[in-house]
Amino acid sequence: MEVLLAAPALPLDEAGKYVAGAYVVFLVLLVVYLAIMAAKVQRIERELREVAAIAEERKEGRVSPGRGAEEAAPHA
Amino acid sequence: MYGKGLRPLSIATVALLAISLSLVFFYAPLDADQGFVQKIFYVHVPLAVVALFGFMAGGVFAILHLRSDDRKWDAYSYVSIHISVIFGVAVLITGAIWAKASWGHWWVWDEPTLVSFLIVFLLYATYYPFRYAIEDRDRQARYASVFAVTAGAFVPLNFMAVRMAESLVHPRTFATAEGGMPGEMMLTFLVSLAAMALLFTTLVKFELTAKSASGQVKRLRRALDAPAGGGSSRIAPEVS
Repeated sequence: MEVLLAAPALPLDEAGKYVAGAYVVFLVLLVVYLAIMAAKVQRIERELREVAAIAEERKEGRVSPGRGAEEAAPHA
Repeated sequence: MYGKGLRPLSIATVALLAISLSLVFFYAPLDADQGFVQKIFYVHVPLAVVALFGFMAGGVFAILHLRSDDRKWDAYSYVSIHISVIFGVAVLITGAIWAKASWGHWWVWDEPTLVSFLIVFLLYATYYPFRYAIEDRDRQARYASVFAVTAGAFVPLNFMAVRMAESLVHPRTFATAEGGMPGEMMLTFLVSLAAMALLFTTLVKFELTAKSASGQVKRLRRALDAPAGGGSSRIAPEVS
């Protein structure tokens, strides 16, 4: 432990790589999280479009109640 | 409902993160001992503090869920823990990079701060399979809340135990006289901490909004006399 404590500060060119690495890791994790969330939001939007389509069809009287089950099943 | 105020919150988060990064690289002085490497401190420590508070917040929300039986609090608890685990991953990786730069090792097993955080992180990593393992949604929510309360109580106890332990390697953030930070460093640290806390809040709100929207779509499907398209999620609580 004493050896570790006595370690001198790294020169700027070498330290810069570690500092950049730490901040890049943080940014990458954030971007990956946002990408996953974007995919989720797209899925919700798609589901909402499907539900809206079923509702519109039903309003026009083209679909009997329960038709939604067939529409929804492939996406289960 | 959950999405209310999300846009100004997101803008404030981005602005504060930008201010925080500017302070880190253009305002805070170089550390006399560690030099430029110490800049990692401003991302690593705020992430760790916010992650630990997030775990505890998950426990508080779980108590509210158990008291009220309101699924909303289970969702809050789940999302707080979920975002904290993501922050925890960042803490472990940035910590390992800092350790390698400062001590020449990616990991030091006899350093209580590192190992205790790893234990907390692994404890919360079991939260997901624990939730997955329970089919019934009510039981799942109750058991997950009990887990969140127990683990949430463990976090401050663990933190205090580490503080009381004699550590020779890991620096203390708020030490007294000899280990205290100069004003510029402290200001930069506090702004970074506020930025991370705001980021955490924004991500929690973002996640809850997405879950709420997903729940509303499923309700619509049910209203249309159709089984929910994707079925209800077995892991994530549905909020409406």
